[in-house]
Amino acid sequence: MSNPLRTVSSLPLSRRGVLGMGAALGVGAAVSACGGGSAGTPGGQSATIAEGAYEGEKVTLAFWNGFTGGDGAYMKQMIESFNSEHDNIEVQMNTLEWADFYSKVPNAVASGAGPDIAAMHVDQVGTNAARRVIMPLDEFTGAMDLNEDDFASTVWNAGMYDGKRYAIPLDVHPLGFYYNTKLLQQGGITEPPQDRESWEAALTGMKSKGVEYPFWATATWPAHLIFISLLGQFGGSLYDEEATQATFASDAGVEALTWYASHVKDGFSPANVANDAQAQAFRQGRDAMTWDGIWMMNEWAKVEGLEWGAAPLPTIGDEPAVWASSHQLTVMQQKSPDENKLHAARDFLAYLSENSIEWAKSGQVPARNSVRESDEFAGLEVQSTLAGQLENVIFPPTIPGIGDVTAPTFEQAVNTVVLGKADAKTALEDAAKKADALLEDNRQKYSA
Amino acid sequence: MAGTATAPASTGGRRRGRDTDGSSDVVPGAVRSPTAASPVTAYLFLAPYLVLFTLFVLAPILYGLWISLHDWDFLLPGKPFVGLQNYVDLFTPGSVTSGPFWASMRATAIFTVLSVPLLVALPLLVAVPLARKFPGRNFFRAIIFAPYVLGVAVIGILWRYLLDPNVGVLASVLDRVGLDSPPWLTDTPWVWGALVIPTIWWTLGYNMVIFLAGLQDISRELYEAAEMDGASSFQQFRNVTLPGLRPVLVFVVTITLLASANLFGQSYIITQGQPGRETRSAIMQIAEEGLARFNMGSSAAMSTILTLCLLLISLVMLSSTRERGAK
Repeated sequence: MSNPLRTVSSLPLSRRGVLGMGAALGVGAAVSACGGGSAGTPGGQSATIAEGAYEGEKVTLAFWNGFTGGDGAYMKQMIESFNSEHDNIEVQMNTLEWADFYSKVPNAVASGAGPDIAAMHVDQVGTNAARRVIMPLDEFTGAMDLNEDDFASTVWNAGMYDGKRYAIPLDVHPLGFYYNTKLLQQGGITEPPQDRESWEAALTGMKSKGVEYPFWATATWPAHLIFISLLGQFGGSLYDEEATQATFASDAGVEALTWYASHVKDGFSPANVANDAQAQAFRQGRDAMTWDGIWMMNEWAKVEGLEWGAAPLPTIGDEPAVWASSHQLTVMQQKSPDENKLHAARDFLAYLSENSIEWAKSGQVPARNSVRESDEFAGLEVQSTLAGQLENVIFPPTIPGIGDVTAPTFEQAVNTVVLGKADAKTALEDAAKKADALLEDNRQKYSA
Repeated sequence: MAGTATAPASTGGRRRGRDTDGSSDVVPGAVRSPTAASPVTAYLFLAPYLVLFTLFVLAPILYGLWISLHDWDFLLPGKPFVGLQNYVDLFTPGSVTSGPFWASMRATAIFTVLSVPLLVALPLLVAVPLARKFPGRNFFRAIIFAPYVLGVAVIGILWRYLLDPNVGVLASVLDRVGLDSPPWLTDTPWVWGALVIPTIWWTLGYNMVIFLAGLQDISRELYEAAEMDGASSFQQFRNVTLPGLRPVLVFVVTITLLASANLFGQSYIITQGQPGRETRSAIMQIAEEGLARFNMGSSAAMSTILTLCLLLISLVMLSSTRERGAK
């Protein structure tokens, strides 16, 4: 489960946890409990921190994140090194499932029991900035002497909200194309396909040589991320520039989704692929080609006897494009800002960024140019191959609430179309209508 | 369930009026004498509980109702009062919240209708033989109860891998005999099976234990008398066991109904709401609205509606069984 984005549930729910007539009120109570004691929203803080490394008395920093998979071990390693190099700063890491993380962190911060620093996905930065969970970091980046030139520009700009910087990018994690070398060879394919023609040749080649299903087209995660990639490749986009309207039901969207779902119809994929089945099949050597996150590389590496390779996503449409997300480092709003802590936090963020080569090993592309261009990173074969896609990555716009528009709209449309329960045009148009309403709802909510 | 014997004297007069079947052991005078003190006494005895009840049940309910009248995000400075707008939206077709909410209520209703009868009947069928004395009965009781101790995440992932039509255990077994696995995780009506079957396997033991306790309360003599009258074992079940279990049965049906209506983990993990959002439960929708989209106002309004529905169903059930009891 090293997937850093997946929201696998770990809710310790007992079905009979709440009995009696008031049972259904459990959620109401939970919701109202959130409101308790947090009436005061922390105002805008500005941090003026001295130049240079922190040299004050010993401070402890709480660092929260959702690295519950194999990635957690790498982060822990980096924190241990940081702690051993700094006598007066101790970083303590706390890991939650991402789904829990995003609902709990705001509560914790509001009640004053939150972390000092947190890592979060780029599509959550806007929401948390608007809800005043995280603080602006312009002072930080000035003192750290960081600017756009130090990072891949797309990922650097994604940490901005309302003209201010709220996050420092740690990594970029795009989708990648993984293939089973043996099965490709069995189909007489020598090179991993990189365009539509060679992709379709690979499918028919393998199918004719006894590979029953060369590409398992899943209806669930990461199907909607594949859709975003293909949508970009066919020249479309999820939303218009201001993110006021959904544009994914365009011709490009219909073409992208129809193409992806056609694998099932044409018999290159089994029907009803759901819930990790494609990853399971790839591990078992039954699925020849799969599109999945870069972080999955360590999962494949664990499987003994699996011969696999990685390549950028093939360009099926007119131009290369690939979905990616990014872990961004953020500092929480504090009711009474502690200058020492903020200073120490700045040192820690700088350290993580500068030493992100360790992090890259967990299956990530460092956001920092100096690290990404180092020889050491070039030595990480899979990561550096997939890092080649960086100029073509698609991020969601940094507007509050954008992360929540995905699931009920195009993610659902992709699901129903791949399952053969709707045609692409109708499903996407329905989803776009829902998305427009949700975007409007969010806009009203966050402008109030 | 009416509990007339324990009626406090302050209400003794009214009670007497209503209990026309007049259980003769409730002598008015006998009840009245100790409470000549004060009607407050009862409330003083109740006070410790009432404090907790107010703090942890009543106050959150009222606070939840209050929240449902606002556009409420606890972190945003503005929490405008919107009156009943959240409720109006939920009853306005085409609004942002109504479609997904009623679809999720429908999914919850389907699951409840499918699961409750089985979750009442099967545990009873299991409990009747296991109530007899025979060697090894504790072993069987333990085995049947065992899955109940597992968390929903565990049983969810377990059944997902059992049922997956492409890489699952069941599919592999079926494949060996030349059959295709049905699309348990992605297509109707199979998805309902993928939710109901694991739930039965998981929670059957709990209801069984309650039935076992209920069965012990039925007097042996009734069975002996029935046997003397020549009743077959089915007739004994029909005319002795079932009537004897009535209060327990009402209790089991009620808690099972409420538990099933609180469906969350199974559809969250096993079907992930598929196909589309068809198996997303009401609680999933409420949680998403409140804890992911942070629209606590409309989320609280959804909770209130779900609660009212459950209250209504429970009341209908309880009152219908009370009438029968009075016959």
